[in-house]
Amino acid sequence: MSAASNNKIVKWVDERLPIFTMVQHSAVEYPTPKNLNYWWNFGSLAGFVLVIMILTGLFLAMSYTAHTDYAFMSVERIMRDVNYGWLLRYLHANGASMFFIVVFIHIFRGLYYGSYKPPREILWWVGLVIMLLMMATAFMGYVLPWGQMSFWGATVITNLFSAIPLVGEHIVVWLWGGFSVDNPTLNRFFALHFLLPFVILGAVVVHVWALHTVRSNNPLGIDVKSPQDTIPFHPYYTIKDLFSMGVFLMLFSVFVFWMPNALGHPDNYIPADPMVTPAHIVPEWYFLPFYAILRAVPDKLGGVLLMFASIGVLAALPWLDTSKVRSCTFRPVYKWFFWLFLIDCFVLGYIGGMPAEEPYIAIGQVATAWYFIHLLVITPLVGWLEKPKPLPESISSPVVKSGAATEAARNAA
Amino acid sequence: MAETANPAHGPSDGETRRDFLLYASTAVGVVGTGLALWPFIHSMNPAADVLALASTEVNLSAIAEGQAITVMWRGKPVFVRHRTAAEIEAARSVNVGDLTDPQSDEDRVKQPQWLIMVGVCTHLGCIPLGQKASDPKGDFGGWFCPCHGSHYDTSGRIRKGPAPLNLPIPEYAFLDDETVKIG
Amino acid sequence: MLRKFLIAALTAAGIAAVTPALAAGGDTKMVHREWSFDGVFGRFDNAQLQRGLQVYREVCSTCHGLELVRFRNLLDIGVSEDDAKAYAEGYEITDTVDDDGNPVARPLGLADRLPSPFPNEKAARAANNGALPPDLSLMAKARMSGPDYIYTMLTAYTDEPPADFVLMDGMYYNPAFPGHQIAMPQMLFDGGVEFESGAPNDLPSVAADTAAFLMWAAEPALEVRKSMGVKVMLFLIVLTALFYAYKRQIWSRVKH
Repeated sequence: MSAASNNKIVKWVDERLPIFTMVQHSAVEYPTPKNLNYWWNFGSLAGFVLVIMILTGLFLAMSYTAHTDYAFMSVERIMRDVNYGWLLRYLHANGASMFFIVVFIHIFRGLYYGSYKPPREILWWVGLVIMLLMMATAFMGYVLPWGQMSFWGATVITNLFSAIPLVGEHIVVWLWGGFSVDNPTLNRFFALHFLLPFVILGAVVVHVWALHTVRSNNPLGIDVKSPQDTIPFHPYYTIKDLFSMGVFLMLFSVFVFWMPNALGHPDNYIPADPMVTPAHIVPEWYFLPFYAILRAVPDKLGGVLLMFASIGVLAALPWLDTSKVRSCTFRPVYKWFFWLFLIDCFVLGYIGGMPAEEPYIAIGQVATAWYFIHLLVITPLVGWLEKPKPLPESISSPVVKSGAATEAARNAA
Repeated sequence: MAETANPAHGPSDGETRRDFLLYASTAVGVVGTGLALWPFIHSMNPAADVLALASTEVNLSAIAEGQAITVMWRGKPVFVRHRTAAEIEAARSVNVGDLTDPQSDEDRVKQPQWLIMVGVCTHLGCIPLGQKASDPKGDFGGWFCPCHGSHYDTSGRIRKGPAPLNLPIPEYAFLDDETVKIG
Repeated sequence: MLRKFLIAALTAAGIAAVTPALAAGGDTKMVHREWSFDGVFGRFDNAQLQRGLQVYREVCSTCHGLELVRFRNLLDIGVSEDDAKAYAEGYEITDTVDDDGNPVARPLGLADRLPSPFPNEKAARAANNGALPPDLSLMAKARMSGPDYIYTMLTAYTDEPPADFVLMDGMYYNPAFPGHQIAMPQMLFDGGVEFESGAPNDLPSVAADTAAFLMWAAEPALEVRKSMGVKVMLFLIVLTALFYAYKRQIWSRVKH
């Protein structure tokens, strides 16, 4: 490892607090597999979006009032009177959607390439923790504008906790700070919504620390065998990440500047009214698959448990997946189940947005069943029974065996 | 960073192209970041509704000679005093050179009978007394700040005490004989 | 790899596309007008917005508030400062007290909100057969395809409801409104409002002017948003292209 710099000031600081050495080690020299494809860009993209959310959220918080009498109007004041307020608001609202899109792709990358398998189990768990924190943050954030969907979404979801036997009702009253969603609820949601992103930031630090301990996976799913397999993170992946940030910003801009309300719900432009329930209470799109799972079970407690189990079972994935091979590139049978699982998640999302009527109920139940069958039955079974394709010698080795080589080369590109 | 030597063009050409892209990307990136920061900074400047309340109109017809009113303007008190001839005379007979903050009375008013100034002591920000008839007016017949004993004269100029400057004159204009717009 | 992802996504999207839209059977089809503010370069038409304002003042403001709009905002659509002030000064508000503590009325000014016709919800309902005429400031964003919906609803009134339709007391038939009956009678008619400019005042034109005005009321920043978007996108295209070229250049020396 070479020194961070010959500069005297840098050395003076570094001797007392080795920040420059740390950056040199973990962001400049960090040996990264040279065959990473663009699906590996979504981690840094997620970090980028987190920074955007914290910045825009901070400046919004300078003008927002977390009181039921003022919240809705304060958001409209931001939209109309605060300089660039409309931009801050639309960046923040659409940024939340972007954050989930990026993170979902990031997770599915992990599923396809076996990034959750040993030795990356803890890395995977920290990632799941981040996603749970994101969901809590987004849920509370959506309540803050105090529109119809804010209020009723909060009412429906907090009411779920009453399903817990014995203490359920008390927990709900405790969450609300009252006997229904009202000002105490709004106020505490604002405090927590402000706090959690910084908890996420801390979890991201742990996530990157865990990553750097076990080093990055790669599309072939095989371990790094020699320094020839890797290249320094800077400048190769820094510029690649900057490029994908540019592409991301373009997609983000399409939403922010031309379709800023496409991912939202018009009912949230109606001030909250505890006396009027909207015709269709729908959560934001990124919660729809979970909402579908929740509604798939006729029993209230069952639905709640299954919804949390849908994320909990992901934590067991390192053990549920019995395959010795990480990457689906070399798993000809499981690969198709992966795509089926992805489609199933889209179906669940679609069902979550539909009213609770047939045929959506039946489809939702089938899709929910398949979700768990895939993780609990298919994944272990196929892992045992499947004959994987032969793995290449190493990341650098150009040729392995005839057929596998060309496919490996094609799939790794 | 290893050089890709290209015999046809020579190392300097490849270097120039690599450097160009590096400099161009960096420059555009830095410019973009700066442009992106501006909305955040500007969002902290006064919003449209705050700017709209930045001026106040005052009806002068209710203020008799020798009386004063206090109006709120931009969150601060503004003293509007209908001065008597005696007060004007007292203000004008002072040797400007002797003042802590030299300023002639003519420079502080547009119409001599109307004295309009921000009623915040220039020492540490208290509101001087002297608006009401029953208030102490200090040694110079104008205003007296009870916090640290600054005395202002009938033109609102500091004459005695720790305040360094005269009471500030805000921007104002007479819309007609009965109305003045402050700010 | 990308191809497979797209196939999966498109399959799911295909499932979604097959399902009919949210409209229940028998609803009037939403009329999609071309609005000046549509599209990548959309802008408001100030003349149209001023006509819409006139419709609001003469027809809608009897029952509907527009409280998120302030009189000074009208300057942005071409109303002169004097006209806006005169409009404001036609109203009074009692929001201060005199030195004895008695409430004092003052005329509204440019900084004030447009006044609501009723002091509170109960008064509004009492004057409207129990129905509450909603504030219209955000109506264009509070409904799916807001401006189109407003236009369709304003022009969908028919003389008689269908034979088998049960119309409740005090309600009017409107097939564009959810449930097909609405507490508001038809308020816009051919020739109902006269424009000084001589612009067309048939029902479709007036309804369109109203819908456009309400879009502005809901989102005054629309023009700035779209024009900034164009500049941002052009900048990002340049920036991303530069980053891509530099990336390719650096990576050309790596065997991958």
